[in-house]
Formats: sequence, C-alpha cells, structure tokens
Amino acid sequence: MADVAVEQHGVAAAYEPSLFGTYSKKIGMWLFLLSDSLTFGALLYAYSYGRISTPNWPTPFHSESIRNATLMTAFLLTSSLTMVLAVRASVFGKGKAVRGWLLATMACGTAFVILHGHEWSNLIAEGLTLPVFPAVPGHEASKEFANVSRTVPQFPATFFGLTGMHMLHVTLGVIYLGIVALRKKFIPILLGLWLVAWLATPSYSPFHYGAHVLLLAAIAASVIVFLKPKVYDSSDVEVAGLYWHFVDLVWMFIFPLVYLMSTRIL
Amino acid sequence: MASTDLVHAHAAPQGFIRKYIFSLDHKVIGLQYYFLALIAVFTGMFLSLLMRIHLIWPTAQLPLVGEIKPETYLGLLTMHGTIMVFFVLTTAPQSGFGNYFLPIQIGAPDMAFPVLNMLSFWTTFVAFVVLISAFFVGGGAPLHGWTGYAPLSALPNAGPGQQLGADLWITSIAIFCVASLMGALNFITTTLDLRAKGMTLMRMPLTVWAWFITAILGLLAFGVLLSAGILLLLDRNLGTSFYVPLVVVNGQVMGHRGGSPLLWQHLFWFFGHPEVYIAILPGMGVASQLISTFSRKPIFGYRAMVYALMAIGFMGFMVWGHHMFMSGMSPYSAFAFSLMTMAIGVPSAIKTFNWLGTIWGGKVRLYSPMLFAIGFVSLFVSGGLSGPFLAQPVLDIPLHDTYFVVGHFHLIMGVAAIFGIFAATYYWFPKMFGRKMNETLAKVHFFVTLLGTYAIFMPMHYLGMAGQTRRYSQFTEVAYQTKLIPLQTFMTYAAFVTIAVQLVFLFNLFWSMKKGEKASDNPWEATTLEWTTATPPPHDNFGGRTPVVNHGPYEYSVPGAARDYTMQTDPATAPVD
Repeated sequence: MADVAVEQHGVAAAYEPSLFGTYSKKIGMWLFLLSDSLTFGALLYAYSYGRISTPNWPTPFHSESIRNATLMTAFLLTSSLTMVLAVRASVFGKGKAVRGWLLATMACGTAFVILHGHEWSNLIAEGLTLPVFPAVPGHEASKEFANVSRTVPQFPATFFGLTGMHMLHVTLGVIYLGIVALRKKFIPILLGLWLVAWLATPSYSPFHYGAHVLLLAAIAASVIVFLKPKVYDSSDVEVAGLYWHFVDLVWMFIFPLVYLMSTRIL
Repeated sequence: MASTDLVHAHAAPQGFIRKYIFSLDHKVIGLQYYFLALIAVFTGMFLSLLMRIHLIWPTAQLPLVGEIKPETYLGLLTMHGTIMVFFVLTTAPQSGFGNYFLPIQIGAPDMAFPVLNMLSFWTTFVAFVVLISAFFVGGGAPLHGWTGYAPLSALPNAGPGQQLGADLWITSIAIFCVASLMGALNFITTTLDLRAKGMTLMRMPLTVWAWFITAILGLLAFGVLLSAGILLLLDRNLGTSFYVPLVVVNGQVMGHRGGSPLLWQHLFWFFGHPEVYIAILPGMGVASQLISTFSRKPIFGYRAMVYALMAIGFMGFMVWGHHMFMSGMSPYSAFAFSLMTMAIGVPSAIKTFNWLGTIWGGKVRLYSPMLFAIGFVSLFVSGGLSGPFLAQPVLDIPLHDTYFVVGHFHLIMGVAAIFGIFAATYYWFPKMFGRKMNETLAKVHFFVTLLGTYAIFMPMHYLGMAGQTRRYSQFTEVAYQTKLIPLQTFMTYAAFVTIAVQLVFLFNLFWSMKKGEKASDNPWEATTLEWTTATPPPHDNFGGRTPVVNHGPYEYSVPGAARDYTMQTDPATAPVD
C-alpha cells in the first residue's frame, strides 16, 4: 500500500527525511498497532472493571484448561520465533526460506486457533457458556461451570469476549501471512479452509457460524490482491511480522489475566 | 521507470469509474468526502427542522411524517446527533478538506497510502448507508441519543427504536471507527514522510498541524469506541452483561446481571471528548490560515499556536469525566476532571488571543472566507465561555440535563466547526473548481447565518437556567415549562430563516461551479503551496515536479519585499527564521 513511500527511496532528495527514518508502510503499521492496543486496552479495562466490581469472582479453571492454554502459548511463542526467522531470511533475499518460515508461522498460528476452539467447545459443553450458545447435545454440564455462568455472567462474557477478539486477530494474522507468502494462490486455499471449518463443525458450535469470518476475509483479500497485484518484498514481511508479534504480545496479557488468575488453586 | 512515476506512484486513471468513483487521487477522495458530508448535513438539518416544528406545534400534521410521536422525536434526536457529529463534523473538515489539501500543502504528490485512502472513503459511505437504513426498519430509529447510553441502548425491548434500528446504529458506528482509523494513520504517515524539501515541521501551515493532530486524536480515540461498540453488540445479541445490571423492563426481569452502565460511559466519553476536538481543531487550523492571509500579517505566535494545538489534543484525553459528573463519581475524581477541564481553557485562550492579535493592525480584507473565519472565532468564544460553568461539578449538576448544555455544545462544537467548513469552502473553492463563489450571496449567507445561529442557540442558555429539560419532546404538559414556550417559538422561527439561507449557500456552491467568476491560480494572494500549482491541481499535484520550500507559511508584509506576500516556494533571498 505504501507505494509512494517505497518509490520515495529513489527520489529521497525531493523530500524532507522521514521523522522516524523508516519507510511509510512500517510507520503505518506501528500506528495501526498503537490504535489496536487501545482497542485491546478498552477490552482489558472492561474485564478489570467487571472483575473488580464483582464480589467473589470465580476461579473455576482446572489444570486441564491451564495445560491446554500453556500449549497454546507455546505454539504462539514458537510462531514468533519462526516469524523472526522469516524476516531474517527476507533481509538476505532467500525467497524460498521466507516462504517456508512464513508457512511454519501460519501452521503454529493455526494450531493455536484449533486448540483454542477445542478449549471453547469443551468449556461450552461443560456449561461455561453465554445465553445464546445452544446446549451441546449428549453432554452433561458440570455443576460448577453452569453455576458460574448463572451467577457471574461477567465471567463467561469477559472470557469469550477477550479471547474471541484475540482469536479473531490471530486468524486474520494467519490470513495476512498467507497472502504475503502465497499471494493470490492463497485465496482458493482460504476458501477450502472455510468450507472445511464450516462443514466440520456441528451446527450448535459457535465456530459453525464463526467460520464465515474466513469467507469474508477471502473476499476482502481478493479485493486487496486485485487492487495491489504486486510481489511482496522484505519490507512487507517485516511489517507483517510487526503485526504478528503484537498479537503475541496481547496474548501475554490475556493468558495470565484470563486464565492464570482464574485458576482453582489460587 | 520514468521520473514522474518515481514521484507519483500511480498513473493518472483513464475510465470514468477509476477517475471519479473508485479513485485513488486524494483530491477526488476529498471531494467525495465533502459531498457525502453535504448530503449528511442537509439530512441532519432537515431532522432538526422537524424537531423544532414539533416542539412548538406538538400535534401538527406534517407532510411526509405525519404527527411526530415522542418516540419519533427521540429517533430524530439520535439520528440528528449521530449524522452531524460523525458524518459532518468529523467527515467534512478532516477527511474532506484534509484529504484534498494536506498533501498539496506539504508538497506531496498524494497520500502515503492511496488504496487505503479510497477504502476509508467507501467504508465511511457504507457506514452512512447503514445508519440511514435505521429509519426504514421496523421500530424505526433508535431512541438513545448520539451517546447511546446503556442500559437503554443495550436492551432490544426497551423501546420501539431499540430493536433492529439500534443494531444498525451500532454497526454503523463500528464501521465508521474502522474507516476513521484508516484515514488517521494515512494522514499521520503522510505528514511524517512526504513533506517536500524545506517543509520542516515548523514551516507547515497551521491547517496541516491541525489535521495532523486531529488524526492522532482520531487514531487513539476511535479504537476505544470500536471496542465499546463491539461489547454493546455482544450485550444485545449474545446475551452478555457488560453494560447491563439486573433490570426490570415493563415488569419483566431481564436475563442480564452484574454489568455496569458506567462502563459504557467511561469507554464512550474516552472517545467522545477527543471527538469534540476532532470536530473543532481543523476549524482552528482553517481560522488561523485565513485570518493571517486576509489580515496580510504573519500569524501572531506561530509556535504558540502549534503548542496550543498539541496541548489541547493532549489534555483532551484527560477530561472525559466531566461528561459524567451526574453519575455519582467520587468528588475527588470530579475535582481532578474539573481542574483539568478548566486548564484546557488556557491553550484555547492562547489561540483566541493570537487570532485577535493577528487581526490587530492588519490590512484586513473582509472577503467571505475571512468573515466566516471571524464568525468562527466569535462562536468559539461565545460557546467556550459557558465551558468553565459546565466544568464545575456544582454548576454542572443543575445545568447538565437542560438546554444550557445543548446551547453550549451547539455553539462551540456544532456551529463553530460548521463555520470552519464554510470558511474553508469559500477559501478553497477557487482552487478546487477554478471559479470564485458569488461574493454577494456569500455575504448574505454569512450575516443571516451568524445572526440566525445566535438567535437559535443563545436563548438555550436562558432556557437551561430556567430549568427547561433537554430531550423532552413536549413542554405543554408541565406548568413551569409552558411559560418558556414563547422563547422556543422564537428559536423555531429563527431556525426557519437560518435553514432557508443555507439553500442560498447550496445554490451558490453549484451555480458557481458552472457560472462563477473565473479565478486565477492565487486569487487571495496567499503563500502556501496549493496556490503555487495549477487550478485545479493536476493529478500528481505539481505536474511532475516536487516544490522546494524556502519560507515559513505566513510571511505577509515582509519589510523590504516587493509585494506583501512571500510564497513558500519563493527563492530564499532574505535570511529567514
């Protein structure tokens, strides 16, 4: 998108030097992250507000949830490492290695989303749920979780709100990396993923409808690829990396706040 | 690659659609924003006309809408406020004129991200369509006002407009947030990266400074509103209770519990107060530019003006609590918010005195843009003076839910910002369309509008002090309020006249595009970069060259100079700075 700025290297003499000594796309991404951190800041504020104003905030998470969330965290942290390696490879112009590391990053991100989805489904089946989520057939809700949902609706609301918003960011990040790595070849893959996600999830699952995010993203990605039909260079990989690390960083707030501080042992 | 391509990223478009509809050219996008705001402002004005008619003839049968019921009145109120704040005051001065003139004034060929620029306009357009569609769904427009206070806004069964209409309202606001974020980061990046050689920060016109700081405010404020809106949508559609405590509606216990309406107020006003400055700062920039140009004097205290803009922007984020004095907040918080709010009066006063200091002793040319700039200052002062009253909790509590507040914010944020838009329109029209607007019609427009707006909004202060409550659709039922109806009647007649004269403006705008007097490239003898290029500016703004800047933005009547203005691109003969 920053075509003016990229070209600007060629005519730098005609302009004042950039205030931050870097190209426009990168500044644009930093600005977006600034605003996105306020978006997440508002959500975390809402969470803290709810938690502080609720007497007897429940701490229902079992070790099972924590183990799962720790595994998710490990995948996300690994993906940050592979992202760094992708940026490094792009600096040295190793196109094949860039693509490989980007795909590895996407794989870790996808693993995170799948584990997270699994976790959500289990919790919903056990009774930690929102009023509109239908009951999972053939599943006995645990008394404790059902009780939490009934007496402290703030708990499931903030849990699903915060982690859902973060999961959306990870999903969009995987799609972003896919476009950087594979360009328009990624769009049929994305449509395939959408169909799989839609058909593989039972109709009572929130992911059955949530899968349509992939369809919307595929449409948006097609528009962007149509408008900017170019080959991405190392700056695009670096900028995508900024976004990816930011999403990781957000998880580093959500994991302790939402999971660790709501564990039963505390 | 040809050298022009190096400077300018995308070639001039060929077909009609790429040239005028899905254009990447910041000038076309600026005009698209402007005309969207023009449609929005006349829509919003029509809604206010219906409200004013209803207030004095509550049972009148109006053409098109019939008799206005109380819920229709609240729907009109919500839509008037939302359309005006988001799609006029945010859209026209910042996205409209900012898009058109920020790149030209810093010597850039286009915005840093042209595609993002186009997307941000079309996203805004979608938001507008979604908002307007709330009128046409079952139940009609929402009742909760432009502030959308929970729990009213969070409960679909709280009133007729609170069903699909309220969902559409929130969706529209969320889409608008995304559009504004795209626009804001584009403005900031462009200002940081694409200034022509010699255009140092302290040589930027004050309009550019104002747009730049407004963009920073938008970047930081809209992200929070986006979150607030998402949580409100969750409350309405997924049954969460972020904003809703245990409530009973129509004798029925709602499923919500544990939420806090104050959470919405905090998140909303953390956005809402900077939003006020998003509306007014571009007007301040335009007033500075015009007052200097038409007084033929350098702006008084350029650096003070820049720092005052920064101070207003910075402090604007710390005063949101003054909208919530009624919420029962701790007196210590209220004191802190009150102190900070009154402190904003200092940079505001610096700006006002500097405007007056610029006019003082100048060779003032009273063309219509200058008249509107002076009108801006007048309204800014009149509306601003009631600010320190409302900043004090002890005065705010009796005045808050009365017409006093309505008068205050309409003068300072509504009409003052609109005068900034008018001033900018009359000033830049020759550059945008190559012709001048008719000066006689413009003067008629100015004097009637200035007197008319004072006639409408000044009495509101008296109504408020007399205890007339805002947002009531009818005053005929309460004895002490009926005594105030004659003043309301006067305001409605003043509104008729003021609205009628806006049609003169509309006529002047379109007539002058075709028939106006042809204008030269620099009709106002101004100094900034947009006046050095052709009229209207070519696709890449400067015809393949990049200007070199040697002077500050407001070098008027420089002693020893051949003429009374020194263009920013004039050769640096005399030592500057």
